[in-house]
Amino acid sequence: MSPIVSLRNVKKSYVRGKQKVEVLHGVDLDIEAGEFLALMGPSGSGKTTLLNLIAGLDQPTTGEVRVAGKRIDSLSRGALAAWRARHIGFIFQFYNLLPVLTAEANVEVPLLLTKLSRAERKQRVKIALELVGLADRAKHKPNELSGGQQQRVAIARAIVADPTLLVCDEPTGDLDRQNAEEIMALLQALNRTQGKTIVMVTHDPRAASFASRELHLDKGQLIDAVAHA
Amino acid sequence: MKYFRLVWAGLWRKKARTILTMLSIVVAFFLFGVLQGVNQGINEVVNNLNVDRLYTSAKSNMVDGIPIAYRDRIKSVPGVLHVSHWTFFGGYYKEAKNAIPAFATDARELFAIYREIKIKPEYLDAMERTRTGVLVSEQLADQYGWKIGDRIPLGTSIWTNKEGSNTWYFDLVGTFDASEFGGGFPSFYINFDYYDEAKAFGQGVVHYYIVRIDDPRNAVSIAKAIDTQFENSMNETRTQTESQLQQTQIKQIADINFIVNAIVGAVFFTLLFLTANTMMQSIRERIPELAVLKTLGFSDNKVLVLVLVEACVLCIIAALVGLAIAAAAFPGLKVILGNLPMPPIVVIMGVALAVGLALVSGLPPAIRAQRLNIVDALASR
Repeated sequence: MSPIVSLRNVKKSYVRGKQKVEVLHGVDLDIEAGEFLALMGPSGSGKTTLLNLIAGLDQPTTGEVRVAGKRIDSLSRGALAAWRARHIGFIFQFYNLLPVLTAEANVEVPLLLTKLSRAERKQRVKIALELVGLADRAKHKPNELSGGQQQRVAIARAIVADPTLLVCDEPTGDLDRQNAEEIMALLQALNRTQGKTIVMVTHDPRAASFASRELHLDKGQLIDAVAHA
Repeated sequence: MKYFRLVWAGLWRKKARTILTMLSIVVAFFLFGVLQGVNQGINEVVNNLNVDRLYTSAKSNMVDGIPIAYRDRIKSVPGVLHVSHWTFFGGYYKEAKNAIPAFATDARELFAIYREIKIKPEYLDAMERTRTGVLVSEQLADQYGWKIGDRIPLGTSIWTNKEGSNTWYFDLVGTFDASEFGGGFPSFYINFDYYDEAKAFGQGVVHYYIVRIDDPRNAVSIAKAIDTQFENSMNETRTQTESQLQQTQIKQIADINFIVNAIVGAVFFTLLFLTANTMMQSIRERIPELAVLKTLGFSDNKVLVLVLVEACVLCIIAALVGLAIAAAAFPGLKVILGNLPMPPIVVIMGVALAVGLALVSGLPPAIRAQRLNIVDALASR
């Protein structure tokens, strides 16, 4: 079976001022469907850049990025936006909920891009919120929720459109230990019970321990891998 | 429609700012509604004025007057059906503050020309029989409580009579209903023959001839034929249609069109910057949120449209409120404008202007949102 994510000789460089900074130096990576991968490494190692390339938020300078059988490194901005809507669910470190919308309205946002009817959208939002244990907080706005609850809403938003891949950028970075463990347990459950493929960037070894595989990046290169039971 | 919640929520992200901006737009559109309403209302009234009536005055200046002897010569022009005349008497009732728009005329001919004004034939007969007779509008009679048979003293600062008095006495012989004409129809008519004989000076002169013609399509040629008769005479004439006359008179007060456009233009020029600044500030604050929308799959163009729609909603709602207040204020302006309603075209113009304002002021922030780079925006770079 071919991997769901496949990167070949991916290089990425940025121009900052007059300097060209090479962030990734020819990365090769395969991620299997149903895998829960933790990407670790020190600051500036290129973790988030790699995650952005996998998620179609950015494009490599050279190399090939293939996700769910489609090459995304050469798609236009418009095509990439449509592709993200269909295939990617995002979970950010700082939740990034829209502050003026209620929890259920936030969760509904990705569904606005689909052809689902209002009733179908409502039904899916309800299921997603139940899945993250926040059905009773549907009408609350983000500022009325704790950090852990906001991250649960963000997870509900990420899964509501049933994407191919969940990408998480430091999902526990802004949470205390208890909330962090609850969030990681929820992601693990989504991976194990719903079969969601998850790619997560984290600094936190405790968070990484919930993943099925760990990869370490340093100076733009993958250096070693750890498999978890 | 499914995106409306996003638009609405974005609009109310900073309630105080949105309300203050809306208030500015409301005030601007109230001003637009009133000024443009007056302007359009006057244009509408002028355009609807009767085109089978011509007005002949002295070419030099309407107050100079022209000889009464011209009446028969004007009447002899082919196409002319009736000729009457107006001579300004002025006047006041009891006190100078009670100004009365009194005119000397040939009443039977006058009411044959102004067919929309309702008067009983017996009143016209009575006017012909009574040299000191006067016909007044029902509204004026009601205002001063005059009844038929009353003797009305009318003071004037212009016309001393041969007895050396500035107070003239007239006998009320009838009333008329000028409501169909709208505002501006004089409401106090005396017999020209009596006035001309009784005044101490300036005999044989009228200020205007009013001419009814057989076919409005011949208005230009008949007007030219009238003026040609008096070319190179001591009293050259100028003949205009009713609408031309009104426009000339209005322009003597002011070029309302220019004033309205200048004021509205200045207000909207300022408003453009205010709204653009508000939208720009709002978008700047929401860069991370817009980046999240793009991350979730909203295309660049969709984000551009969302911002533009938000600007349109802000401007159109505020504009409609402003125009509604202006429409509600129109009856309050009755004293100045008569029964002038706010023409519906003003609302259409207002909404079009609001959309234009929204698009122009919303475009720079919308383009900024459209071009937003997700990675940079999420990293707050």
